[in-house]
Amino acid sequence: MKKVFERPKSMFPVPTHYCPGCGHGIVHRLLAEVIDEFGIREKVVGVGPVGCSVFIYNYINCDMYEAAHGRAPAIATGCKRMHPDLIVFTYQGDGDLASIGTAEIIHAANRGENITVLFLNNAIYGMTGGQMAPTTILGQKTTTSPLGRSPKREGYPIRIAEMLATLEGATYIARVSVHNPKAIIAAKRALKKAFKIQIEGLGFSLVEFLSQCPTGWGMSSREATKWVAEKMIPSFPLGEFKVPRSEKPVK
Amino acid sequence: MRKLGEKVLITGNEAIGEAAIKAGCRFFFGYPITPQNKIPEYLSYRLPQVGGCFIQAESEIAAIYMVFGAAGAGARVMTSSSSPGISLKQEGISYIAGAELPCVIVNVMRGGPGLGGILPSQADYFQATKGGGHGGYHMLVLAPSTVQETADLMADAFDLADKYRNPVMVLADGYIGQIMEPVEFKERPQKVLPPKDWALTGAKNRPRNLIKSLYLDPEELEQHNLKLHRKYLEMAKNEVRVETHLTEDAEIIIAAYGTVARIAKTAIKMLRERGIKVGLVRPITVFPFPYETFAKISEKVDNILVVEMSLGQMIEDVKLGVCGKAKVHFYGRTGGMVPTYDEIVTQIEKIVKEEVA
Repeated sequence: MKKVFERPKSMFPVPTHYCPGCGHGIVHRLLAEVIDEFGIREKVVGVGPVGCSVFIYNYINCDMYEAAHGRAPAIATGCKRMHPDLIVFTYQGDGDLASIGTAEIIHAANRGENITVLFLNNAIYGMTGGQMAPTTILGQKTTTSPLGRSPKREGYPIRIAEMLATLEGATYIARVSVHNPKAIIAAKRALKKAFKIQIEGLGFSLVEFLSQCPTGWGMSSREATKWVAEKMIPSFPLGEFKVPRSEKPVK
Repeated sequence: MRKLGEKVLITGNEAIGEAAIKAGCRFFFGYPITPQNKIPEYLSYRLPQVGGCFIQAESEIAAIYMVFGAAGAGARVMTSSSSPGISLKQEGISYIAGAELPCVIVNVMRGGPGLGGILPSQADYFQATKGGGHGGYHMLVLAPSTVQETADLMADAFDLADKYRNPVMVLADGYIGQIMEPVEFKERPQKVLPPKDWALTGAKNRPRNLIKSLYLDPEELEQHNLKLHRKYLEMAKNEVRVETHLTEDAEIIIAAYGTVARIAKTAIKMLRERGIKVGLVRPITVFPFPYETFAKISEKVDNILVVEMSLGQMIEDVKLGVCGKAKVHFYGRTGGMVPTYDEIVTQIEKIVKEEVA
């Protein structure tokens, strides 16, 4: 019989520590599939974040750094400048990238560092127990915005993809989602494109993944995927925000 | 640019840059701050000439993590800054020490706290020697007192960093950075250093490598910390450097490092002309500290005067070395003020008068 589905070779055969219904496992798998499909595992160096996915190196079988909170793009810069022939990615959550690490991500993008960033946006601080993130949407209740995020008190959610797309240095910026199979297929397409851009030396690429956090949001897995579709996507529209000059963006 | 063996007149900051290149450093990440700007300026044109990489980072924080990334990838890499900027780097230095990455960090000290001033100071001694960031680690810290010594120690700094897989700091001050002196970049024998088989280069034909500092299991973290601690003990055993100047017949000792030590030498000359036998103990490594030298010297003299461009930081280490066997006096200027040789002479004469009384 022909094998039609198996674990990606770049993934260690271990269960993850993620909560049921969490999107991290899906994005890890997409990453491993893309690494396998390009056959680049031996050339890949990853930089993990601080947050729920700090242990990404327990699941992805490649050389990896564990970064300080928010600093992954600077570490990736140091590595890529030392080894321009390697494929360097960072994997960062929204607290990591959109709050404490805003300077690092903006300037890595603006320098046009030839790296790929996987940015997981679940609108909350997961690992520390569900505090407000820079991406928490208006009205969303968290342990530090117990009355619901209000623009007057807490300001507006930050739209990273749109913001980075304004920078000359960025080559490819897309926002995708992993709340249903159709969205996951589109997400993989975007991630593959982002890596291809790096492999071809075209510059900085970032894919923002809208992802469900049932535990942090206090919902069932099913409710959480519904919440992504009904609440998150209207706040964070999907699509390509920046593509190489020769292409038209997919909306 | 500068030939080996040729004597050139350059500033300390330029000597730092050129010595780094001669030592094989090919990566520099930094951020502008006075009084060390000549280092990044120099390296921004010199590094591309030798196939290296210079990035002016968006912040001191980003700069130190670019150092983390390049060091983890196996590069000879450095950053430089001055006091407020070094404070910003402390988080990254702690991570670098925790992840055991070799790199060189130059601090051209200026007055503080806060924004402080831009003139020379030695007020970052505690920060440099006692683990400036969180978690209980040490850098190996070299404190030059001339431009020539700065160039020599820069070369040593890279070798020591690689030998111990540990950050090494060159602790200079605004004077050392900005004075011009003749310097010779000496031919140095190639050191045999451990291979960087831990570096991240792509997991080809080997198990993948990890660079990390997180150990959630306390037993594992304790073991990791004990391993780091053994490294610091090794440094204390092998790497202590100290200069003793006219200590043989000395009745009073001055303890000073860096710029202050050279001022002290002039004061000692003047005092000896007046018949007061004074000698100098100058720590060259301030971590590891030459406790032993002070323990021995305090058997021979009753009085030690510590002179610093701070209100007293190294004095704590001197006292630990002396261990109550001699009186330890202090004279310091701060905020960018520099002690003069006349002031040091007056202090010594005061000690002599008190002894006679």
